[in-house]
Amino acid sequence: MGATIIEKIIRRNTGLPEVKAGDIVTVQVDRVMIHDIFIPFVADKFEEMGFTRLWDPDKVVLIYDHLVPASQVDDTRHFRVGNAFAEKYGMTHVHRSDGICHQLMPEAGYVKPGNVVFGTDSHTTTYGCVGAFSSGIGYTEMAGILGTGTLWIRIPPTIRVNINGTLPENVTSKDVILRLIGDLGADGATYQALEFAGDTIESMSLASRMTMANMAIEGGAKCALFTPDEKTAEFCGISLTEAETSLVGDPDAEYVRVLNYRAEDFVPVMACPSQVDNIHPVAELAGTKIDQVFIGSCTNGRLEDLMCAARILKGKKVAPFVKLIVTPASRKIYREALANGTMKTLQEAGAIITHPGCGLCCGRTGGILTDGERVVATNNRNFLGRMGTSKVEIYLASPATAAVCAIAGEIVVP
Amino acid sequence: MSEKFKARVWVLGDDIDTDIIIPTEYLALKTVEDMKPYAFSPLRPELAGQILPGDIIVAGKNFGCGSSREQAPEVIKALGIRCVVAGSFARIFFRNAINNGLLLIENADLHDAVKEGDEVEVEVGVKITAGGRDFPIPSLPDNLLEILNAGGLVKAMRRRNGLE
Repeated sequence: MGATIIEKIIRRNTGLPEVKAGDIVTVQVDRVMIHDIFIPFVADKFEEMGFTRLWDPDKVVLIYDHLVPASQVDDTRHFRVGNAFAEKYGMTHVHRSDGICHQLMPEAGYVKPGNVVFGTDSHTTTYGCVGAFSSGIGYTEMAGILGTGTLWIRIPPTIRVNINGTLPENVTSKDVILRLIGDLGADGATYQALEFAGDTIESMSLASRMTMANMAIEGGAKCALFTPDEKTAEFCGISLTEAETSLVGDPDAEYVRVLNYRAEDFVPVMACPSQVDNIHPVAELAGTKIDQVFIGSCTNGRLEDLMCAARILKGKKVAPFVKLIVTPASRKIYREALANGTMKTLQEAGAIITHPGCGLCCGRTGGILTDGERVVATNNRNFLGRMGTSKVEIYLASPATAAVCAIAGEIVVP
Repeated sequence: MSEKFKARVWVLGDDIDTDIIIPTEYLALKTVEDMKPYAFSPLRPELAGQILPGDIIVAGKNFGCGSSREQAPEVIKALGIRCVVAGSFARIFFRNAINNGLLLIENADLHDAVKEGDEVEVEVGVKITAGGRDFPIPSLPDNLLEILNAGGLVKAMRRRNGLE
């Protein structure tokens, strides 16, 4: 009997060659990520549990992103507590303004194929882009890992998603994952793994795969997995071992569902207010007036996303009544976009460019909206009240769709 | 030797979400003890007052779906519920329950085979016996049992670290 990717990762991690979906096992954790919102709670629980040292300070990463730069005086307490915790327990991997956690973890080399990684954030599923098992957990469990280096998990059954063919022009991996979430429903993959395969997936950049892994949680998934390939190796700066290249779902593995898509059938889509699975073709929504456009976040704030927007905005102007807010996902991306002229193009088109961080996506800073306003946004959630008041309408879209909407001042097809 | 106990059954349906288990408006109460009277109130306001320590809940599929509030398993435990048997559990609730010391058992068939007030016998990790019929249940690994028996993850870690 063959195995799914998640079963192979867990078998290697635990040394238990027979374990399969549904089994409960204890995994050895390769890396953890804690962000600024939860570090005070993690610190409290860790000490309440009676630990006096981290199981391995080298495996713990602390990232300030949700609250950077601080917008309320109370936010600064999180940095103070985080800094004190890091110093007390000898942590060296602390990022205070380098970008969004889910961009930094793979970008800075903290996550490798086959790793088992947990973070105090639901979008921790992102690291499946390099073939790592990664998932979000609560702060109590994180405190437990910090002391023991282990966590119990139930091995998830897998939904296999095969996509073959060539995506139409101006259709991106964001349109693919939004459509999939619409088809699955917001709880359609609860407690399950998504495994992506097919030549469309193989031809995608790492950045495009990150977008899809990032949003797996919006279908309820515990993790999303991509087979490591040469692009993964280059991105991670490694040579793939046999164990890593064998992270492929076997033809005779047991899947709970297999979904097959033709890439040519995808069209630009949006998630309409206020459910992530409320998916409609952009064409159906054309003509809807908008007030703001947001291009950024751990979903779509990477260099290829900014360059896609810049290609569309080059020599054009953002509609006069629309605010276009652009937030690179990391400092490195910001630097690269400055160096290759992307930022200049966006800036000349009228974009407001902000420092890398979670800011607007989680409704904390930099572009909050009010009753009756509409925003086209490239991030991952359009929940009520997420980017301002509960009467803001959030339409989730790809960077290509977002850019054309910014010029038109209304929803248009890219 | 596995733990064995007899218990009275309360029967609930599918998709019992965390807002039913403890509505958002009561989350700001100071303690879980204060929240107890309001458990399950959107569905059955009288239920919290009828549950006696040692009773169990038998429900359908997707028990505990919805938000990540840790108060949901905490309030069920505070009511004295010995365990919840359901067809399936939502992921975050499942983890929060174990970490708060609440025993969960997955069984898809028991729900249709019992009625409210029945007495069943639970042999943890082996089977549930109801109306003379045996319903096999999955065994829990030692590490999960250790967390449960300690009364939750914080206490398990304190015990591990020699503090309790």
